[in-house]
Amino acid sequence: MDEVFDVIIIGAGAAGLTAGIYTSRAKLSTLILNEGAVGGQMVLTEEIANYPGVETIKGYELANTMKNQAKSFGCKIKSNIKISKYNFEDEVKEIELTDGRKFKSRTIILTPGGRPRPLNIEGEETFKGRGISYCATCDGDFFTGKEVVVVGGGNSALEEAVALTKYATKVTIVHQFDKFQAFEHAIQEASKNPKIAFLMESELRGFYGNGQLQKVEIEHLPSAKKRELKTDGTFIFVGYQPNTESLESLVELNSRGEIVVNSEMKTNVKGIFAAGDCINKKYRQVTTAVAEGTIAALSASEYLR
Amino acid sequence: MKLLRTGLQEIETAQELEKFISENENVMVCCGRMGPMCLPVYDVMEELEEERSNVKFKVMAFDNPEAAVIRNAPECRGFMGLPFTMYYKNGKVAHATSSIQNMQQITGILDTYFGK
Repeated sequence: MDEVFDVIIIGAGAAGLTAGIYTSRAKLSTLILNEGAVGGQMVLTEEIANYPGVETIKGYELANTMKNQAKSFGCKIKSNIKISKYNFEDEVKEIELTDGRKFKSRTIILTPGGRPRPLNIEGEETFKGRGISYCATCDGDFFTGKEVVVVGGGNSALEEAVALTKYATKVTIVHQFDKFQAFEHAIQEASKNPKIAFLMESELRGFYGNGQLQKVEIEHLPSAKKRELKTDGTFIFVGYQPNTESLESLVELNSRGEIVVNSEMKTNVKGIFAAGDCINKKYRQVTTAVAEGTIAALSASEYLR
Repeated sequence: MKLLRTGLQEIETAQELEKFISENENVMVCCGRMGPMCLPVYDVMEELEEERSNVKFKVMAFDNPEAAVIRNAPECRGFMGLPFTMYYKNGKVAHATSSIQNMQQITGILDTYFGK
């Protein structure tokens, strides 16, 4: 007979790993199924300096510690899998993978996280790794002495733009609105940097080049005028989208595709909980994901009693 | 000196790489750092190492001076995103990619160049 887990967690980012630590430590048989790499968005952060109790830590190190903590309590983790089917209707839920393996559980905690939002415009896929990047920390030094474009207006965009001035001779920030959404300190830091220029109320329309990115097309939204800008690279930081496409007909999602939960991280389906970047919330931090993962785990434990 | 902390074996010299690719039919080498775009590729390789006995999986540190053999390879011209991932067939470069790749993309390349 198939093993029935107490808890299956979908996703191994900060929320999922935290939930795994709590449920496995509570002696609930726990399996984490993860479609990507362990750590989620956490590993995309070079340095985390606002995780209480830890002065600074690299994102992948924190993720690795959480993974080892969960495993030390008996939590099983299967990563890089692909889920083909969910059945949440019965008392015992079932998840099927594309390779035919099936896993059953009394509760499910959904923590599929999010992913960097692409612009989905012409040339984006072609020039990925050939001028287009989503990580200034990783690829910044390829642009030493070159001119780059940064797309976005949030904290990531402005902080990474400032970081890129270590390498690039000029950084042009392209933002669709007339104001930034970033915190004031990040705006001030970028504004006073002489290497940074701003193109407000503008959007990118396409990437062009010959084997390597050479220029972008930019539209000024109020005037609808388009222009070309020569550039050696473009860094895209336009937020994240929740990985919830496959959950559409299974749990309630809001208009942004986020899973709707209450304060106990319960979804509208009995025995199904959710936490982390995939839920309806305003702030997305490692600390908030950890908190929600904890609540989801405790709620699942209570449900099983 | 080893610079990467992964579950994969790290190649430390150009000579070692040359010897390894000449002695093995199908080799995938990921040349990167301990960074956010590289870690997911190492993760995928670790998983595939257990499943694909016809391929040898190795890593090499991008900042190792000896990795110039990959950094300056003609197949990597124009690459501006870590990691640089090389696929060698019978000692020759069969394919190379720049930046992060997921499980589906990597298995697709392995299937195409090394067979299932």
